Amino acid sequence: MRIALTGISGRFGARVARRLHRHHAVVGLDRRPFNRAPADVEVHRIDIRRKRSEAIFRGGGFDAVVHLNLMHDLRASSADHYTFNVQGTARVVEYCQKHGIGKLVLMSSANVYGPRADNTQFLTEDAPLMGGERFSDIRSLIAVDMLGQSFFWKYPDVETVILRPVHIVGAVNNAPSNYLRLRRPWTLAGFDPMVQLIHEDDVARAIEEALRPGIRGVFNLPGCRPAPLSVLIEMARGRPRPIPHPLAETLLDKAWALRLARFPAPELDHLRYVCMVDGARARDVLGFAPAHDLDATMTHLRRTRLMSA
Amino acid sequence: MLSALQDILVEAVDSRLPSELLDRIDELQAAIGDRPADDFGFTPEQIKYVVPVVEQVYRRWFRVEPIGLEHIPPGRVLLIANHSGQVPIDAMMIATALILDADPPRAVRSMVERWVPSLPFVSVFFSRLGQVLGTPENCRTLLREEHPVLVFPEGVRGINKTWDHAYELQAFGHGFMRLALETNTPIVPVGVVGAEEQYPTPWNLTGVAKALGLPAVPVPLNPLVPGLGLLPLPVKYRIYFGRPLTFIGDPDDDEAEIAARVGVVRDAVDGLLRRGLIERKGWFR
Repeated sequence: MRIALTGISGRFGARVARRLHRHHAVVGLDRRPFNRAPADVEVHRIDIRRKRSEAIFRGGGFDAVVHLNLMHDLRASSADHYTFNVQGTARVVEYCQKHGIGKLVLMSSANVYGPRADNTQFLTEDAPLMGGERFSDIRSLIAVDMLGQSFFWKYPDVETVILRPVHIVGAVNNAPSNYLRLRRPWTLAGFDPMVQLIHEDDVARAIEEALRPGIRGVFNLPGCRPAPLSVLIEMARGRPRPIPHPLAETLLDKAWALRLARFPAPELDHLRYVCMVDGARARDVLGFAPAHDLDATMTHLRRTRLMSA
Repeated sequence: MLSALQDILVEAVDSRLPSELLDRIDELQAAIGDRPADDFGFTPEQIKYVVPVVEQVYRRWFRVEPIGLEHIPPGRVLLIANHSGQVPIDAMMIATALILDADPPRAVRSMVERWVPSLPFVSVFFSRLGQVLGTPENCRTLLREEHPVLVFPEGVRGINKTWDHAYELQAFGHGFMRLALETNTPIVPVGVVGAEEQYPTPWNLTGVAKALGLPAVPVPLNPLVPGLGLLPLPVKYRIYFGRPLTFIGDPDDDEAEIAARVGVVRDAVDGLLRRGLIERKGWFR
């Protein structure tokens, strides 16, 4: 298969590229440089929103597009986020339809459902996307997810797959991995929600599965079995610092504004409410079973901490 | 340091618990494998810290007499009970009966109100003891995993009754029957006799409750008993477990069809209550 991989220069994109290029021809697109590309991976340094990027798709002869080029940098302005994520995805979607690319894999996240007090323990793919209710920065991701869903029925010839993994942990630079790397992480006094984690390589595997002909639709990716947050922190060798929620919210709000914190205050909801997904569809239709259990996933996270330190 | 303190506490509690109780908790732990908590956060180990207190309440204060525990089949089952007594002590006593007196011990799961997960400490306490947010999906998951699930289909209508309506079953919700049909789960009717009198309540201030947005504001007479304060009266609880009922049919049937089947369960619960009222010799005996 010949695959266009957007966002190849990110830590996760690079991992996916290394996995896919063993069996497929991979062409990467990113506006950031990709320095450690495997020799047979062709990389174009380009902003996907530019009209110029169409030339790559027009003559590329691609069978599939894996779209990972989404901005998660919470420090970027929400306007930047929105235009980059939504317009970028709209372009990719347009190219698939115009240039007869038969498969589109979009990376969404289980966070689009949002952590909420009245969430059912395991949300299925048809649950409403409530993540934007309190956390406005996730709205662009929800818009991307919805854009993909509208594509299902507008262009049924393209097999569109939307993956919604739970918190990805590993060498990736994202909020859950960074949180679990903290030595003295904040927790919320009196709360200890169940949390699902997924090993980054399992997500890459799911992407590979999603490329199989005939696979289409939305898939939750729940990863390893859930555990209480306190158990995860213990496994990550962190020592929790419990703080009452109203105080934590005020402090974090101030610290975020002063650029002293790595997480904005609405993310605290992940430390008190469940946001877990049901993986039956991924298991039955995609044939997805995570290869890493909780022990392996947490060991991997600890190793990546050593690497980055 | 905290973890060292915790270890000392755990050891102190362990050494004081009777070995039969520890065996029972080990059996519950074995049911979820070698994980500290199941998918919902239920941690059998935590029962150790609650049971010594609850056992006193169960055996000494309410002198609970469970009758017909042998009717509870192994595997998934819905326990459908009447709800009474202003405070949901009836749920705690049913759960305790299944842990202390059933053979083998069963960890019954019950469904909590939607606002419970937003309360600090309470939410963790409940979820560690196996209580789960009351959504149909959660109930379905628990039944598929072969757990016993306790449901009060009267809800707040039952628990907040004033004493002139004691032992009058209120309208039953239909949700449990649709789930039972869908998951092919047997139903054990449960009649709790005694709880109605733990907080004798002549008035329920519905106007105040409405203004405050609360389900009810009961005015019990307990503070009139010298030395009792807001504690429940030490009434005797009798908990009757009826024979399992199985239903077949389409879970998406019309309301009328479902209502007929719910009526059968309601009659069974009512029968247990009538039996209990005849068998008891008074509120306290």
